[in-house]
Amino acid sequence: MDVRHSPEQVALRDSVRQAVDRLGVTSVGQLDDAERAAKLDAAVGEAGWRELRTAADDAGAPWASAVEVAIVAEALARGLADAPFLGATLAAELRRLAGAPEALGPETVALRPDLSAPASPEDAAVALDAFGEADALVLVPADGGWTLAAVPVTGRGTCTDLTRPTAPVATAGASPVEGAGVLGDAELARWTALGLALTTADLVGTMDGATALSVDYARERQQYGKAIGSFQAVQHLLADAAVHAEGSRSAALHAAWAVDALAPADALAAAATAKAYASRAALAVGEIAIQVHGGIGNTWECLAHVYLRRALLSTDVLGGVGPNLDRVLEHAGIGAA
Amino acid sequence: MDFADSPDEAAFRARLREWLAGNTPELGASSTTDEYWEAQPEWHRALYRGGWFGLSWPEEYGGHGMPSVYDVILDDELANAGAPPRPSLGYLVQGIMHHGSDDVKRRFLPGLISGDERWCQGFSEPDAGSDLAALRTRAERDGDDYVITGHKVWTSYSDLADWCFLLARTDPDVPKHKGLSVFAIRMDQPGIEQHPLKMINGVTREFGEVVFDGARVPAENMIGEPGEGWPLAMTIVSHEREPHELGFASRYRKTVKQLTGLVRDDPERFDAEDRRELAWAIVEADMLQRHVSRRLSDRLGGIEHGPEGSIDKLLMTWVEQAVGHAALAIGGRAHDGSDPTHLNTYLYSRAQSVMGGTSQIQRNLVAWRILGLPAS
Repeated sequence: MDVRHSPEQVALRDSVRQAVDRLGVTSVGQLDDAERAAKLDAAVGEAGWRELRTAADDAGAPWASAVEVAIVAEALARGLADAPFLGATLAAELRRLAGAPEALGPETVALRPDLSAPASPEDAAVALDAFGEADALVLVPADGGWTLAAVPVTGRGTCTDLTRPTAPVATAGASPVEGAGVLGDAELARWTALGLALTTADLVGTMDGATALSVDYARERQQYGKAIGSFQAVQHLLADAAVHAEGSRSAALHAAWAVDALAPADALAAAATAKAYASRAALAVGEIAIQVHGGIGNTWECLAHVYLRRALLSTDVLGGVGPNLDRVLEHAGIGAA
Repeated sequence: MDFADSPDEAAFRARLREWLAGNTPELGASSTTDEYWEAQPEWHRALYRGGWFGLSWPEEYGGHGMPSVYDVILDDELANAGAPPRPSLGYLVQGIMHHGSDDVKRRFLPGLISGDERWCQGFSEPDAGSDLAALRTRAERDGDDYVITGHKVWTSYSDLADWCFLLARTDPDVPKHKGLSVFAIRMDQPGIEQHPLKMINGVTREFGEVVFDGARVPAENMIGEPGEGWPLAMTIVSHEREPHELGFASRYRKTVKQLTGLVRDDPERFDAEDRRELAWAIVEADMLQRHVSRRLSDRLGGIEHGPEGSIDKLLMTWVEQAVGHAALAIGGRAHDGSDPTHLNTYLYSRAQSVMGGTSQIQRNLVAWRILGLPAS
């Protein structure tokens, strides 16, 4: 056992951090800077981070493990990166597991409106990462499981998460994905594990970013003639935020490793454990960030709610606390809560 | 980056599993009955004789000189076997290793590690809890000895102890942090009286108070230099905050396993809220195991433990108290006179946010030393 990141993984993290330091969102106003966002999108695209889960060989092995995917997700979230990654990675994984060729254009996935599971044709559905025109993959029942079909995303959505728009899509008349085989329960469990591990890593990144933002503010903001960060009540809130993030980071690391290393049911349980833990933690940290910012934290111009909103989306993708505690109980041989 | 065992680790795990299959005593989830504490010394010696204790400590003192990641495997397998946790005395070993002379290490570490000699830790006093440096127990030089007068409390394992790891004031004329020293003092002497303190879960064999009235300790039993008591105590408490030094992960997982079994055997008895408490306990205990793996892996690269021990202590506390809440929900409240083991597990869990430095002190330390916020 040695769960330290390899030098290559550390270098990957550093390069994502450099990109988001340069092109990510450091104020609410920057969310409207389309030129910056386009440059970030181009940087993410050129680096190949959206293709980590495309097939690298005829046997269908991915270019990189879920550990690398989690490293990228965490660093993007920390810098509030408003570029496609989540949807593209999940779509690439669906194609890989179904033995379908790589997508020709931008692609994402469509989930049920509460985001807890993939959508099927005739379901109401919401596309992730609806930044512009793209295809969204849905699951179509087939002999022995599901196969893939695509529906069009027609434009940019506007929703809860200000950094990653979502948009309703029509699933009727979805067109079959050429070359896609059948995904069975094992493949779907593996895919769900990746989605949970990825969104857990995103939550860890938002917790880091929100905590750092709040610690900086607590050091600067003066009341009663002193920095509010010198008051024990404020210090304890921020200490709790740091503890939430550290526990989540350890669970997230294991979940990311488990995606490719364990049997599907165990990988799913590891991912569900981490996602439940981090979902609760990220909500607490987002709320702490708003509280520490006081009145300012309750205004649109403060980045604290941008972190919280990002956490709300990451939490709900493939399920937050409730569905994942159910998965944990099921793995322990007990019916759902 | 790999959570899986290396070939050496897998071989160690297999040997350990085989040993546990034949050597696991029938004991409760731990810390919840006097029976547990009575049997604990023998469990310590059995683990030591089997070659499973002190894995990461130096061979010359009875350890095995292995990387500390092996402690994760030990805790994992103890939990899987339903065995009691390993005795928590890593922090005393660390204190002696970091501050003791070679002579002190040779004299005290082998008995401490083998379990042949039992130790308690005399730090807290009635008026010195969180403000430990305010302690008043005096050590006054008299020839080749020091004479000890004072009152220690919340002293774990004082009833069975042969030795006390005693923090006392040797110089009353310097600032409070500077005048403290540490001694290894024999407990079986006329100037020492100890009384058990009954904990809120009814256990009487864990907690004690110790009154020193003219007890004597040879000067050569001082650990570290005169006045080195405060840094030594800080070494001890910082290691006392680390889940892997304490080996508590296996204790939590053992309880979780028992609670899971109760729900599996009789699902109708438990409502959605009970199951949710159990699910959180599973999640929390699992997180701690991964967290310890992460911390110990960092040490493979030579990262020494530091202020992050306070984060770890808070995480461990959240885990223990989540497991406690599950024990309360699933194990029942024993109003009908049934076995109160799980009620007692819950009640014992309240101590975790106090022992080894309260959660409030840990939050102060996280804020100052990790987040860089100004001291108030």
